[in-house]
Amino acid sequence: MEITAQDKLGPVEHEHGHGHDPLLKHQYEDMDQQSESYVVGMWTFLVTEIMFFGVLFVMYSIYRWKYQNEFYQVHRLLDVVPGGINTTILLISSFCMAVAVHYAQKKDHRRVLMNLAAVQVCAVAFLVIKWIWEWQPKISHGLLPTTNFTWNLESAHNDPAIAAVPENIAQLFLSLYFTLTGLHALHVIVGIIVIGALMYLHWKKTHSAQDYVNTEMVGLYWHFVDLVWIFLFPLFYLIPR
Amino acid sequence: MNFPIRPEAASEHAGKHDALFYTITALTIFFTIGVYVAVLFLALKYNHKNKADRSNAPHGNTKLEIAWSVIPLGMAIAIFAWSTQQFVDLYKVPKDAMQVFVIGKQWMWQIQHTNGIRENNELHVPLGEPVQLTMISQDVIHAFYIPEFRLQWHVVPGRYTSFWFTPTKPGKFHILCAMHCGTQHSEMGGYVYVLPKKEYQEWVAKGGNRFIATPTSMAQAGKQLYERLACGTCHGDKDNERGTTLYGLFGSQRKLKDGSMVVADNAYIRDAIYDPYRHLVTGYDKTMPVYEKSQVSEEQILQLTEYIKTLGQAPATDVVASPPIPASPTPGAER
Amino acid sequence: MSAVLEPTSAPEEPRENYLNVKHTIASWLLTGDHKRIAVLYLISISFFFFLGSVAAGLIRLELTSPQGTLMTSETYNKMFSAHGIIMIFFFLIPSVPAVLGNFALPIMIGARDLAFPRLNLLSWYLYMIGGACMMAGLLMGGVDTGWTFYTPYSSLYSNSQVTITIVGAFIAGFSSIATGLNFIVTVHKMRAPGLTWFRLPLFVWAQYATSVIIMLGTPVVAITLALVVVERAFGVGVFSPELGGDPVLFQHMFWFYSHPAVYIMLLPGMGVISEIIACFSRRRIFGYEFVAMSSLAIAGLGFIVWGHHMFVSSQSMYQGIVFSFVSFLVAVPSAVKVFNWTSTMYKGSIHFNTPMIYALGFIGLFVIGGLTGLYLASLSTDVHLTGTYFVVAHFHYVMVGGTLMAFLGGLHFWWPKMFGRMYSDAWGKVNAVIVFLGFNLTFFPQFILGFLGMPRRWHYYYFEPDWQIWHILSTAGASFLAIGLIIPAFYLTSSLRSGPKAGPNPWGAKGLEWETDSPPPTYNFYETPVVTEEAYDYDPEADAAESAHHHDTTHVAHQEDL
Repeated sequence: MEITAQDKLGPVEHEHGHGHDPLLKHQYEDMDQQSESYVVGMWTFLVTEIMFFGVLFVMYSIYRWKYQNEFYQVHRLLDVVPGGINTTILLISSFCMAVAVHYAQKKDHRRVLMNLAAVQVCAVAFLVIKWIWEWQPKISHGLLPTTNFTWNLESAHNDPAIAAVPENIAQLFLSLYFTLTGLHALHVIVGIIVIGALMYLHWKKTHSAQDYVNTEMVGLYWHFVDLVWIFLFPLFYLIPR
Repeated sequence: MNFPIRPEAASEHAGKHDALFYTITALTIFFTIGVYVAVLFLALKYNHKNKADRSNAPHGNTKLEIAWSVIPLGMAIAIFAWSTQQFVDLYKVPKDAMQVFVIGKQWMWQIQHTNGIRENNELHVPLGEPVQLTMISQDVIHAFYIPEFRLQWHVVPGRYTSFWFTPTKPGKFHILCAMHCGTQHSEMGGYVYVLPKKEYQEWVAKGGNRFIATPTSMAQAGKQLYERLACGTCHGDKDNERGTTLYGLFGSQRKLKDGSMVVADNAYIRDAIYDPYRHLVTGYDKTMPVYEKSQVSEEQILQLTEYIKTLGQAPATDVVASPPIPASPTPGAER
Repeated sequence: MSAVLEPTSAPEEPRENYLNVKHTIASWLLTGDHKRIAVLYLISISFFFFLGSVAAGLIRLELTSPQGTLMTSETYNKMFSAHGIIMIFFFLIPSVPAVLGNFALPIMIGARDLAFPRLNLLSWYLYMIGGACMMAGLLMGGVDTGWTFYTPYSSLYSNSQVTITIVGAFIAGFSSIATGLNFIVTVHKMRAPGLTWFRLPLFVWAQYATSVIIMLGTPVVAITLALVVVERAFGVGVFSPELGGDPVLFQHMFWFYSHPAVYIMLLPGMGVISEIIACFSRRRIFGYEFVAMSSLAIAGLGFIVWGHHMFVSSQSMYQGIVFSFVSFLVAVPSAVKVFNWTSTMYKGSIHFNTPMIYALGFIGLFVIGGLTGLYLASLSTDVHLTGTYFVVAHFHYVMVGGTLMAFLGGLHFWWPKMFGRMYSDAWGKVNAVIVFLGFNLTFFPQFILGFLGMPRRWHYYYFEPDWQIWHILSTAGASFLAIGLIIPAFYLTSSLRSGPKAGPNPWGAKGLEWETDSPPPTYNFYETPVVTEEAYDYDPEADAAESAHHHDTTHVAHQEDL
């Protein structure tokens, strides 16, 4: 391997085979190393994220197993239709993201922007549907598991079978539901911000080689967010009897 | 000033435990001294000021690595086997073990004997008889610890835990709470009194510490409660459409709605009162009222359980096992 | 190369280095330089360590009398909780990685910095914010649950500042995640040319294994603690049986992180010890591959032994047996490390400088700490000893004896590199001995107390006044230990002003960090180093031969100016 001298004044002065790139951070030897570091960092970050959601999934499964019938009854409060629409929306957004990454590799900024815009529309639609058809009605029924949690026939959609579930177990189910979907929605919001920043970079076209890695990393993140939902949806919405 | 170095060993388990404990201690001392001597010897011998043969210093030796992995592993497995065998024995409760019930709460121990004697922070047991403690907490997690018996077990809210011992020495031993449970955790202690059999019988005869000559036994108290709560309204001498019979319930196999089988033990009966829909028996729906702790305390659950245990037996003892008379529901007994 | 401090002809103008490159406060608080962040961490960690030690001192003082007359039970409970929370979340977990790892790891692999300098700075800020939350909780009255936050006490019964303290620990967790992520990427991608995995210094291996544990474990405890707060604030029954939850589930989740956390504290320390022993024995570490792999084995096995904290917690008998067995298995890689360190001295050329004394002390304490772990891995003896002072003594031997000795040893080892100055080696050695003896006197009596049946977290023992002698000995040892922790503050800080210049390699050590200036320049190296040899390519024979020629200059302590 050819070793290059690195002046202490930093990257501006150093020279190597790739020619110096203004995007190269001082700690890296070359752009390849920088890009690979970003990707390894992203994967490591996603492992941590998996553990975050994983522990909640495990906890959900334990209680799901312990209170099978109760969880079945309370899950009927969740509406499969908006949940299903949201699943579809996220799948479409994931597809658009994959296309965006593809065009980023080809440095086609216009098509990247179009696809990222589609992802943004999907993400916002997801949150709007989530809020209007799912969270808002539940919260207005007093089903948000805070100190104001109300559990009676009315809040249980006038279904006596659901209302018969003890309050604490209903609260447990709903708090796991709100924690997991809330944490997921938080990730969607972070995704919207990050994709927005990425779109800005593409709009300005300031970035050349770096584009592709940035887009790929945001893509990884977004696929992860979708994947979490793919697990969430059947766990909460499609409980078999 | 005293330098105590070992606690008294006052139970059968304590003796076995100590043999293991001292064996591990011997191993610990042996290896500690071995490593210390080796370190000091090498450090002094190969001090850079000393002349010593330093040629061909090895970088490693796979055989040696394997040896010093396998030998400690072998010893570890030997200790594991020995201690696990003792641990498994702790789960083998003798059939004739005397039953004592412990309720932990911030910050005291409430103890009930089946004969109705109650004690707080004290436990009187006869010498040489196996005793089983069944424990539950009313609030946070505690740990019931008797160092002289080398035993402790957590006392957990919402579930029964249990351990047993056979005292081998008369005397007064410590009860300590070994799980931090709040402000006065350090005062949650008391004593176990191990009495020779004759003295123990005298102690029972005079009604324990409270000198009530004929205390209501736990089963009797349970029967009174059973009548007050009008359990017999639905639970007759046979299964009927309102409820199952409680005769012969304890220890029997129950077939649940979901098809699984459970044994009706202490925990099952507790669940059936506090959380009856958890284990619905086949053929029954959610008709049993749920009882709250304000209606039936943990202590009363244990009394009801003791009464239900007697229902399976022939009506011979002091408890009259007549079929429960359906009485009019007492106010407050129903939701 | 000997350990002689080369009498450098001190240049008038010191070369530009990371310390003198800029002097503004902003240049420190906004720095991306891993070395400066390490210094920031060193200062903040020392502060929290001081705070935790004061709490420890008060606890020991209280226990000298069986009646416990100094403070109320409530105060006492808050005192040991503060001690545990500060020491574990704000000292032991970040100590070696965030200070020594941050400083040395990039230099050791020949990198100009960590992969993500801004993330590294963020990690320090998160640590400080977490620390501030915890301090706020302390000032608002403190928390009394112990560092374990067992439910349902912490969620429903405690009237103390549980919420804000947990928030503090939660944020500090993200700080370790940031550091761990940085280390993993840096080790994977930023190694100098020629520095293959099996040429890495063992300190780097240890940091790598630790980072893996951090990435996998910390999220679990973060969520678990967050749920305690949810339960406390909203009455949602996740862990409280009265509300339908399961208190033992909390213990499973908590120990799933908190047992590996012991290895987060210990593994980096083991890495430090490997460096020191190799350097001061002038030997390649004996069985390098086995030491490296044992770090990974400990990290892996560490994740499946959590249940040994719960043998009597009402988990099933079979769970107990499985967890006991796996716990015994962890003994093997730990033993392998000890035997390899010892064997490294065989045919070495041993120099007794301060770091080496700490390293030998580490072995001495770790052997006892490790072997007493056998009592607690073994089911039958654990039933007696869990929840007693035996456990307290055991984990102090491992965590304090291990991590603290390694931290001090590593600090003394890399101090000349960090600040370019030598401290008094004579003071350092005396102090290392004081710490070793003081530590043993403090904690050895606690093994006996535990066997006698003294439960932990009790602030009385009036019912058994005979135990007093052991408590008095322990407190006497603690005072001794305290002296040993105060002295370095003086000779280390005074070395910053008046210590002799250290030169690039005061110890005659191998490793890339010793090839650059002390203190290093901002980008660590003037030229990207190329590695052509194995780690620890020492020559003990030549070293000893050279020593024979220069009898009197072998010890740095012989320098004038002390």
